[in-house]
Amino acid sequence: MAVIDPANHGLRLATRYTVLILIAAIFVLPLLFMVMSSLKPTEQLLNDTSSLRAFLPVGDISLQNYYDAFDRAPIGLFVFNSLLVTVVTVSLSLLLCSLAAFSFTFLKWRGKGLILSITLATLIIPFETIAIPLLLLVSKLPWIGLEGFRIGWLNSYHVQIVPWIADALTIFLFVQYFKDLPEELVEAARVAGASWWQVYLRVVMPLSGPVIATGAILKSLKMYNEQYLWPLIVVQQESYRPIMVGLGYFFQLQVAWGEVMAYLSLITVPVLVFYLMLQRAFIASIASTGVKG
Amino acid sequence: MADVALKDLRKSFGDVEVIKGVDIDIQDGEFVVFVGPSGCGKSTLLRMIAGLEDITAGTLEIDGQVVNEVQPKDRGIAMVFQTYAIFPHMTVRENVAFGLTIAGMPKAEKDAKVLEAARILQMEHLLDRRPSQLSGGQRQRVAIGRAIVRDPTVFLFDEPLSNLDAALRMDMRMEIGKLHNQLTATMVYVTHDQVEAMTLADKIVVLEDGQVRQIGTPMDLYHHPANLFVAGFIGSPSMNFLDVTVDAKHDGTVTVSNPSLDPIEVTPTDSVAPGARAKLGIRPQYLTPSADPTKGKLHGTIELTERLGTETIVDVAMADGTKVIAALSEDAIFEIGAEVSLTFDPAKTHLFAAP
Repeated sequence: MAVIDPANHGLRLATRYTVLILIAAIFVLPLLFMVMSSLKPTEQLLNDTSSLRAFLPVGDISLQNYYDAFDRAPIGLFVFNSLLVTVVTVSLSLLLCSLAAFSFTFLKWRGKGLILSITLATLIIPFETIAIPLLLLVSKLPWIGLEGFRIGWLNSYHVQIVPWIADALTIFLFVQYFKDLPEELVEAARVAGASWWQVYLRVVMPLSGPVIATGAILKSLKMYNEQYLWPLIVVQQESYRPIMVGLGYFFQLQVAWGEVMAYLSLITVPVLVFYLMLQRAFIASIASTGVKG
Repeated sequence: MADVALKDLRKSFGDVEVIKGVDIDIQDGEFVVFVGPSGCGKSTLLRMIAGLEDITAGTLEIDGQVVNEVQPKDRGIAMVFQTYAIFPHMTVRENVAFGLTIAGMPKAEKDAKVLEAARILQMEHLLDRRPSQLSGGQRQRVAIGRAIVRDPTVFLFDEPLSNLDAALRMDMRMEIGKLHNQLTATMVYVTHDQVEAMTLADKIVVLEDGQVRQIGTPMDLYHHPANLFVAGFIGSPSMNFLDVTVDAKHDGTVTVSNPSLDPIEVTPTDSVAPGARAKLGIRPQYLTPSADPTKGKLHGTIELTERLGTETIVDVAMADGTKVIAALSEDAIFEIGAEVSLTFDPAKTHLFAAP
């Protein structure tokens, strides 16, 4: 039987940890740089970028950039807007996409294979190619809201929500998951008297925790972190702007890098909280889907 | 409880017809077992009765009503699946009560029905457990409990014992038999295990390639198989078939022989003409070793013996290469390679036209 040499084992462990620390550093250092820079005046921040001081809380450290950032932009409003749009979109998307996937997987209807293929094919269409036609469309659509009937969706929350609810990737995730559920469970429920709606609510969805978590995480990150171009073109009023558009407030005339870093640090907090809450599901979702977040 | 009538029932998947015109009458309270080899269509037929597969042509009646287009939930049936199909996110109590909850039954009434089902299946102590905490046999009880509480007119069982080990399978088989006596419900049961079919059924339907080959009581099928397929399928070990030639035809009987078999007079099942090739079927249980090795009807060499305790199975190779299996008494002792002569009662043989 092979005997492990203690010295050799220690060396392996040291090598492994060194590699892990190096990889971790690649991901942690930019965040550290962001937070440290947010505490420094712009001039010192730019000077420090040529040395390791960029990652250390040294020199003239204060929270002044945070005060200035709050003065320059309504950060609370932007974060609220982004959270509202994200929560509503993700909730509706999970409901709608899971229903679509349920239909694709369990119901029998003519042409569903073709429709599913077309739906999945939309994954390869970049958003930029449909942005202008979509803008023209939403600018002419009617809407009945709290303020009554009006034509055109521009400058609203719903213009940032509705076009993002249906999503081929989320449908695909649900279809793949539903296909792996034992078909007999659905059949048993049907025979026991359940309608299709009851099968969805009482059998399929309660067993779909992992894919709901995966879909929620991927969609939330996309809605919170990556919504820039679309809100930029459909929202002119400050009251509806999300965080990424709000970043533009810090690039007018002279760029205040310290305030930029303070703003970025602040808007990262909700993502960090979200990540820490769902850390286990987050890692499982990335591992199980092979989809990068 | 209800009658079930299948009239010229057909099912196609695309261009492939898998059920080819099946006619079966199931009487109220009857226990009917569908048997047949893998791919014969028995499960598909059961799923058509359940409403889980569309009917391509023909008529399905439950309690006198045509139900071809009726949803599974409205057919008054309950089904037990091979894989149990109990819901992993619910307790046993919630699983058993599922159909009643869906139907909106008041809680008190629902609880009473669940307790009654649990009492019948002796699983009162399991009601608050999760399926993951149950053994295979217990899970199958839960699935049966879920079926019982709905008071269905017809119970459908799709190979419910296939996933259980041999000992548990026997216990559960007896439980299902008792349940049928207790509930006096119409039950349709699919299996490939002929022991289950023979022990449980009032009536067995033997299927092959989407067609009914014979319907009858277990003993009917065993003693009077209508064709070569049923003769070979029912009985364990399987019936021996000898290639014979019809030497002469008499009034209701024929004389047959082959190089390893002395001429014997038998009653044919199929119509056969003198000079025709035929298959003579002899059940292994009806072969007995001849006390005088020169006076048996079949002569051969022993190739293998298997002692099962209650009987000894002997494989015999005859001079023309034909293999014969004999199920002999437990105390029969034979050496591999020894010569043996076997005798049988010609009245207990079956003669079929050669395919």
